[in-house]
Amino acid sequence: MVISAAVVAVPVTVIAASLLGPYSAAWRHLFDTVLLDYVVNSLLLMLGVGAGTMLLGVSTAWLTAHCEFPGRRLFSWALLLPMAMPAYIIAYTYTGLLDVAGPVQSGLREHFDWQHGDYWFPEIRSLGGAVCMLSLVLYPYVYLLTRVAFVDQSAALGEASRSLGTSAVQTFFRVTLPMARPAIAAGVSLALMETLADYGTVAYFGVSAFTTGIFRTWYGLGELQTAAQLAACLLLFVIALFALERRSRARLRFHRLGAGRSTRRIRLQGWRAIAAMAAALLVLTAGFLLPAAQLAGWAAQHYESAFTTAFLTLLGNSFLLAALASLCCLLLALLLGYGKRAHPGRLEAVTTRVASMGYAVPGTVIAVGVMIPFAWADNSLDHWLRQSFGVSPGLLISGTLGALVFAYVVRFLAVSLQSVEAGLTRIRADIDEAARSLGHTPLGVLRRIHLPLLRGSLLTALLLVFVDVLKELPTTLILRPFNFNTLAVRAHELASDERLAEAALPALAIVLIGLIPVILLTRSMSKATVDP
Amino acid sequence: MPLRHHRFIRAIALSLLTAGGGLVACGAPDAVNVYSARQEALIKPLLDQFTEETGIAINLVTGDGDALLARLRNEGDNSPADLFLTSDAGKLYRAQADDLLQPVTSTTLQSAAPAYLRSDENYWYGLSMRARVLVYAPERVDPAELSDYASLADPVWRGRICVRSSGNIYNQSLVAGMLANDGVDATATWLEGFVANFARTPQGGDRDQIKAVAAGQCDIALVNSYYLGGMLQSDDAAERAAAQQVTLFWPNQSGRGVHINISGAGITRSASKPEQARQLIEFMLREESQRWYAEVNNEYPVREDVEPSALLQTWGPFKADELNVSELGRLNAEAVKAMDRAGWQ
Repeated sequence: MVISAAVVAVPVTVIAASLLGPYSAAWRHLFDTVLLDYVVNSLLLMLGVGAGTMLLGVSTAWLTAHCEFPGRRLFSWALLLPMAMPAYIIAYTYTGLLDVAGPVQSGLREHFDWQHGDYWFPEIRSLGGAVCMLSLVLYPYVYLLTRVAFVDQSAALGEASRSLGTSAVQTFFRVTLPMARPAIAAGVSLALMETLADYGTVAYFGVSAFTTGIFRTWYGLGELQTAAQLAACLLLFVIALFALERRSRARLRFHRLGAGRSTRRIRLQGWRAIAAMAAALLVLTAGFLLPAAQLAGWAAQHYESAFTTAFLTLLGNSFLLAALASLCCLLLALLLGYGKRAHPGRLEAVTTRVASMGYAVPGTVIAVGVMIPFAWADNSLDHWLRQSFGVSPGLLISGTLGALVFAYVVRFLAVSLQSVEAGLTRIRADIDEAARSLGHTPLGVLRRIHLPLLRGSLLTALLLVFVDVLKELPTTLILRPFNFNTLAVRAHELASDERLAEAALPALAIVLIGLIPVILLTRSMSKATVDP
Repeated sequence: MPLRHHRFIRAIALSLLTAGGGLVACGAPDAVNVYSARQEALIKPLLDQFTEETGIAINLVTGDGDALLARLRNEGDNSPADLFLTSDAGKLYRAQADDLLQPVTSTTLQSAAPAYLRSDENYWYGLSMRARVLVYAPERVDPAELSDYASLADPVWRGRICVRSSGNIYNQSLVAGMLANDGVDATATWLEGFVANFARTPQGGDRDQIKAVAAGQCDIALVNSYYLGGMLQSDDAAERAAAQQVTLFWPNQSGRGVHINISGAGITRSASKPEQARQLIEFMLREESQRWYAEVNNEYPVREDVEPSALLQTWGPFKADELNVSELGRLNAEAVKAMDRAGWQ
């Protein structure tokens, strides 16, 4: 278990090792000019996205888990849809609508006969805009994990609280919310890691965030070493942040009390029901319906030229990679999750933590971390074979799908691990012991007790990684084999050439394939988690 | 467990099996391997035609120039790549400086590409030209007010200029060109005045700058000419309308000429098929190929005997800055630092 975690930790370690030096003169320049901007903007971005995803994710999770209102069943899975929307794509669609040349502002100018400058309109391409875009596509992480926790909570807790005279609102803040804290923390930390790794959105919006700095240093100054050191600093920051969060709840335990009935939902009536529906619909519209409609509108213009057999190959490739990688991530997460449960040692904890850091590193940088050890291994092997046997097989692993899938595991292990661990913490250790004392083998305990209890979390892990890989761009771009493209690659090529309308069809396809597992798994999950 | 779940697992197992098959299927063995920073749609048809004519197959992988460069560097002598294709001169310069390319002496190539559009030691060759021009709103700007890049620092333009972020390679190479032509101090002074004239925080892409001029947020914008061409030919009516509201202006015509960057190609040091790779570059510099290659992206051919597209001819002839484009690569880092100091975001 330690070994597999260590292997996955290699690329992150390669990046971190850059801190050993040498340090170039570029650092001096960064300190003197732009570094402070990068740090401040990234912190503001994190604060904003943290607050945004928590607000959207927890409130919608509570509504769909604890309340009954018309359309609740539909919303409970539909609210996941924004997750399939790559952040930079939603940024493009909203810019298309809201920027100075977009239909909204043009319409205003025409209608009121205004000139530019006669009126105030929020600037979409700004830090605030980036916070909105990222919150809209990242809140589903919080929603999904928190909702599973809410649904799992025993009804007895809430009823006990209510019987002691607390109101429903107080019960939410004093019981329901604190009990879901590990899940919320897991969801928000995923959202924040993805925020820190985001490049597409901040670059398009012209926000000088830390990732902008990493790429500017690499591409602009040609200093890959300094760029890696910047990425390593980012890693240290993320590690410190999460250590702090873990420490703050280190003494708390979050176990469910026996099997328990799940909570009976509060039946909302009248204006409350309408308000609940409106809130859910608003989030869904802003995060999915509106941008998807804009994409569909663009895609309709190019449907004929873009929808070819080559397009079907793209679909197949994307699906294949996502399925492979999500399965690999899940298996590894299970291995690590159980390993930590069985041997809660320091070494295990540290390797697991490092192995899951890849999520906070921009994809292109992690890709370099993957490339270096693979190319080294390949070249050494080739060298040895040439020396010993006079044959030169060339590069065996580099540039294959295997290397790419490994990179996905490095990048997305955190996602599956977070949800598997969130599931495992809710299973008390004495359940295992009770089952063992009744004569069950460890495997029996796993199959008869853990699997049914964990099903929601496992499916969540699978779904999250699947969708993440589907929309993943930078790692795919640099590590993929010859003549192998995915939907995200195609969407990016067109978008980077500023042909947004043509990029819409592959982008829409990403969203649509993302729908398949969302629907399949939420239906399956609703059965798993005693849903009346 | 419900039946549905089993079905899902079976679906995944099936895709795993197909993946095994897919691992083998990528890449023809006896082909020329191309790492390209120019996107697929802008080269693939030409590569296909090459295969048809010569029988030489081509394997292609596209990506960011610097990322591909890192891949090339790490793979070392065993890299499968034969040809490195980029969309700016700086990456070719970097590849050459990192000892990742090999020189190709070919009189065909040397006579096709003008000297300033290729490396002087024949490590790489330009394939198309991209010009950084001004667009302006004719109802608010008298073209007589416009002259060269230097005048854009004039206070008369305060709050009237739109340009994208300094993270963009074409802004970086424009400033690198100035560093080469005018020196460090003059460029720093110019940058200060220029940045003070921005109408808004730099954001978006080149098309967004053109749209902002059309919408009245700014009066002039600095963009690559092919974006204007792309918008004029767009399927989107709003984009076409915006592009028709602005006019192109060739800057620096009484001075050194308009700033030029290239897309180009070089043969890798590790190439196992350098001969076929050379044939491919020669093919791309042929007259017919040049016409297609430039026109597909509204760029200018590097060959002086090939006319630009009909649309480009409506913008008239222009004088190009004949600074060797490898200077843009050499001074790129300096340019970025100068832009950082001037506060160009």
